[in-house]
Amino acid sequence: MQDNTVAIQLKSITKTFGEVVANKNVDLTVYRGEVLSILGENGSGKTTLMNMIAGIYYPDSGEIFIDGEKASIHSPKDAFAHRIGMIHQHFKLVDVFSAADNIILGEEYKGFDIKSEAERIKEEHSAENAAYAAYKPEEHTGVLAYLKAPKYHSEKETKRRIAALPFEKIAKRIKFGWLSRNRADAIQSIANRYGFEIDLKKKIYDMSVSEKQTVEIIKVLYRNADILILDEPTAVLTPQEIDKLFAVLRRMKDDGKSIIIITHKLNEVMAISDRVAVLRKGEHIATVNTADTDEKELTEMMVGKKIDLNINRSEPHDVEDRLVVDGISATNHDGVKVLDNVSFTARSGEILGIAGIAGSGQRELLEAIAGLQRIDSGDILYFDPTKDNEKIDLRAKTPVQIRDLGVRLSFVPEDRLGMGLVGNMDLVDNMMLRSYRNVKHNEADEKKECESDTEKVAEAVSEDSSAAESSGGKKSDGKPNKAKEAFAKFGRGVANCASVVWSSIFLDRKSPKNLAENIVTDLEVVTPSTRTPVRRLSGGNVQKVLVGREIAAAPTVLMAAYPVRGLDINSSYTIYNLLNEQKEQGVAVIFVGEDLDVLIDLCDRIMVVCGGKVSGIVDGRTAEKEVLGKLMTNNSGAGVAADSVGEDLQ
Amino acid sequence: MTNVLKKLKFESPIHISKRTDIPKWKTWLIRGVAVLVALLLCGIISSILSPGSFGSFLEQMFKGCFSTPRRAINLFEETALLLCISLAVTPAFKMKFWNIGAEGQVLMGALLCATCMKYFGGKVDDGLLIVIMLLFSVVGGATWATIPAIFKAKWNTNETLFTLMMNYIAMGLIACVIAIWVPNNSGTVGVLPFGNFPKIGKYPYILNIIIVAILTALVFVYLRFSKHGYELSVVGESVNTAKYIGINVKKVIIRTMILSGALCGIAGWLIVGGASHTVSTEVAGGRGFTAILISWLAHFNPIGMSFTAFLVAFLSQGSSQAASVLDFGGSFPKIITGMFFFIVIASEFFVGYKIKFKLRKRETSKTDSPSADCESEENACGGSDDDGIGVVIAESQSEEEIVLNSTETVPPPQRTSESIQDKEEVEA
Repeated sequence: MQDNTVAIQLKSITKTFGEVVANKNVDLTVYRGEVLSILGENGSGKTTLMNMIAGIYYPDSGEIFIDGEKASIHSPKDAFAHRIGMIHQHFKLVDVFSAADNIILGEEYKGFDIKSEAERIKEEHSAENAAYAAYKPEEHTGVLAYLKAPKYHSEKETKRRIAALPFEKIAKRIKFGWLSRNRADAIQSIANRYGFEIDLKKKIYDMSVSEKQTVEIIKVLYRNADILILDEPTAVLTPQEIDKLFAVLRRMKDDGKSIIIITHKLNEVMAISDRVAVLRKGEHIATVNTADTDEKELTEMMVGKKIDLNINRSEPHDVEDRLVVDGISATNHDGVKVLDNVSFTARSGEILGIAGIAGSGQRELLEAIAGLQRIDSGDILYFDPTKDNEKIDLRAKTPVQIRDLGVRLSFVPEDRLGMGLVGNMDLVDNMMLRSYRNVKHNEADEKKECESDTEKVAEAVSEDSSAAESSGGKKSDGKPNKAKEAFAKFGRGVANCASVVWSSIFLDRKSPKNLAENIVTDLEVVTPSTRTPVRRLSGGNVQKVLVGREIAAAPTVLMAAYPVRGLDINSSYTIYNLLNEQKEQGVAVIFVGEDLDVLIDLCDRIMVVCGGKVSGIVDGRTAEKEVLGKLMTNNSGAGVAADSVGEDLQ
Repeated sequence: MTNVLKKLKFESPIHISKRTDIPKWKTWLIRGVAVLVALLLCGIISSILSPGSFGSFLEQMFKGCFSTPRRAINLFEETALLLCISLAVTPAFKMKFWNIGAEGQVLMGALLCATCMKYFGGKVDDGLLIVIMLLFSVVGGATWATIPAIFKAKWNTNETLFTLMMNYIAMGLIACVIAIWVPNNSGTVGVLPFGNFPKIGKYPYILNIIIVAILTALVFVYLRFSKHGYELSVVGESVNTAKYIGINVKKVIIRTMILSGALCGIAGWLIVGGASHTVSTEVAGGRGFTAILISWLAHFNPIGMSFTAFLVAFLSQGSSQAASVLDFGGSFPKIITGMFFFIVIASEFFVGYKIKFKLRKRETSKTDSPSADCESEENACGGSDDDGIGVVIAESQSEEEIVLNSTETVPPPQRTSESIQDKEEVEA
């Protein structure tokens, strides 16, 4: 239903943060009733640009026109006044409130201006008086006609009505502050109109991610937004849920709303949008009609050069069982079962993918293996390749105990800056997280040596003295040398012991610094120096640092949870290649992903989890997206509903 | 007119943006200027109270601190005590364990120290007695700190409330002990003759100063170069990361608090054995709280803390001298100290944010809302006061402009606050 009315137009918008130019002279036009995709790598300024429309940032220069009029949007409130609503990537909902309450939360009381209201009443009354004068009762008959008949308003009545306006205003204000019991009804009509399935009385904490997203969308619609901005809405949804969302978006589009959608995923761009705007390094590269382009061209525009979008999947070789997880179950703090009888085997030289809706137990599973999550039952067995595949039980061990057993397990957690790294520390100190505890290896050997040295010295000394005693001092020319030597050795031993003690108390920043420098050069991490706090780095670089550190530990099992979440295409492929490299070196790689296309391209086997249970393990080479999608929603009611909707749409 | 109003409202000449990198010298320049401005303002306050006293106020400030060697020694001794307690709270704060119980921990150290002096005094050699006093003080301080640490580690109780309450218990204990020792209700123990620190050279307190200097170096090394120091800062930054790399968080919390409490105990030992030679509930004199400020101001850097501690000691000693000479009364030093810190802390805003004034051009933009900045650089938003200031500047501006133009019937553009709406109603 795209017509050519311009809904919003950006003219040479520029925004800088300190030295960083987030957006530079961006021009963008959005029409009524269209879906516009904003495509770009990380740090290309998509979200900043949208935040300027949504009133979170204010442009340094440039103009925004809404419906042809120049607008200054200084706050989300302003944005709502211009009928712009944004659905952020991270939902901003109050957990303990119901959906309906979240939707009406923050609604502005629209007061009226008493003067203009008075004018309006005057006009209305005089108009009605005129109608009354012209009214001929004999032309109208029946009871209803009497009710409909115009009434006469005396001047006194008008005055009284106007005098009451201030009180009316107060009364309205009070009424506005009152929560009515059927407040959900007004919202329900919006939901019905666009075909949302939602229980408005349900509390947010009971909701799945897709339900929460629905609440956010309805919230925006409830405030009469005509321009909706969705920041990566599909990142957390299953294929079925994405279909559902797209159906809703199409309905909104037909209703004349303009939808701007930020996404990384090219196939979704092709599926939903009418036009695509591509940003690169803060600049607007081009806006093209989706029908006139293809994924390859878009990628080129986005990255600025041709890149290969294929992941090379090599055939696994020397496959051995490395990690066997046998029937583990776990409960979280709230007593909810998060893992339910999960069993699988991770094999060396293979990538095992784990697919599932966010929060289906992936995190808990990896944490259980890493020794961070207590398990109620089941076994985790590791077969140590250095010790002829000796069986080691990892159950109920702490991370340190696991490491001390010689298990080389690396873990790239989902929460990079909150768990894998310390944001406020620099690269060197972050490298140290894994290794700081180690006493320098050669020195550890020396420790043993120095212990034996002391023994030797003791022996030598006693020998010496006994020899001196027995020979009565005659043979004393050769022996003191030996004693001297022994003492010198003893001195060295003491020095070594001291250095061992020293290195067990104090930090060694030299080797982490070398490691940091190596990672920076090998993985092309963009950072001012190795002494920069990692939180200053962009998402992709943070991830490179983390993955680099975990790989540097020479793991035999590498677990990575959503390692490419939020990363742009280039960085993502760097990570995929790193994982593939590890696989070829015989590491058992466990990869938790959300993009099914990538999982299918990358993994040798894909395990699907759903509600803490394994709902299936499929071969990555023959897997089909739809099958995976169904497995992901296997044993929940929502899944069935999603399926039926999907079929309806077809 | 509507356009004019819009222009006036939206095109604010002040542009505040976050600084990402600021050279070290600039930071110190800003702080130095803040100190000077604060001194100047204090002088002005003084000349308001007694006209023409601007010069003599500043003179007395310095005289009170440096005019005689005795005064200088007093100043450095006070600095040393404050610094010692600041050193004590710093490891805990770096771990984000908000230990505000330093006062109580110092008191417990002081109490046990005085107990030793009272009961072992004269029975053992003075040198040995001092060592015994040290041991007891350390145990006293450490115990008082460990109790909340254990509760925090085991049951995740709120350490702020817990340590605060422990202060009152310590005070009560001292009052109780004094009542036992001095049955005549006078409430003062009097000078205990044994176990006093030996004088080094002509003046007292030299030993205190030397001990604290050594402690400063040790704590600096501990925090910067030791594995323990690294562990506690990881725990402070993110408990999840600490667990992920296998740090025993509970152990670190308890260990760090033992250290923190032990240092407080040493402070109590220094106060009783090295300075006051007696004990009372006032013996810590609020230093346990001042130390928190000192530690924060120096961003938990022990070397920086020695400067901030000196500044605090200088201010209180100098301004009380000025107050007594110029006859300003007992509250004057507090006013001066308060003002001083208000300005110095406020200057941190300029360290964190850049302010551009663009008066000529009308096309400049207003600041981003600070909360939005927080979102973009999650951990970067340190001082919440700073944000507050940013908002205040922005809002007070718009309000003025509205008042100027309130005769307009056009409702003012969006970003209005409640008060502005009310004004409109009154107008109507």
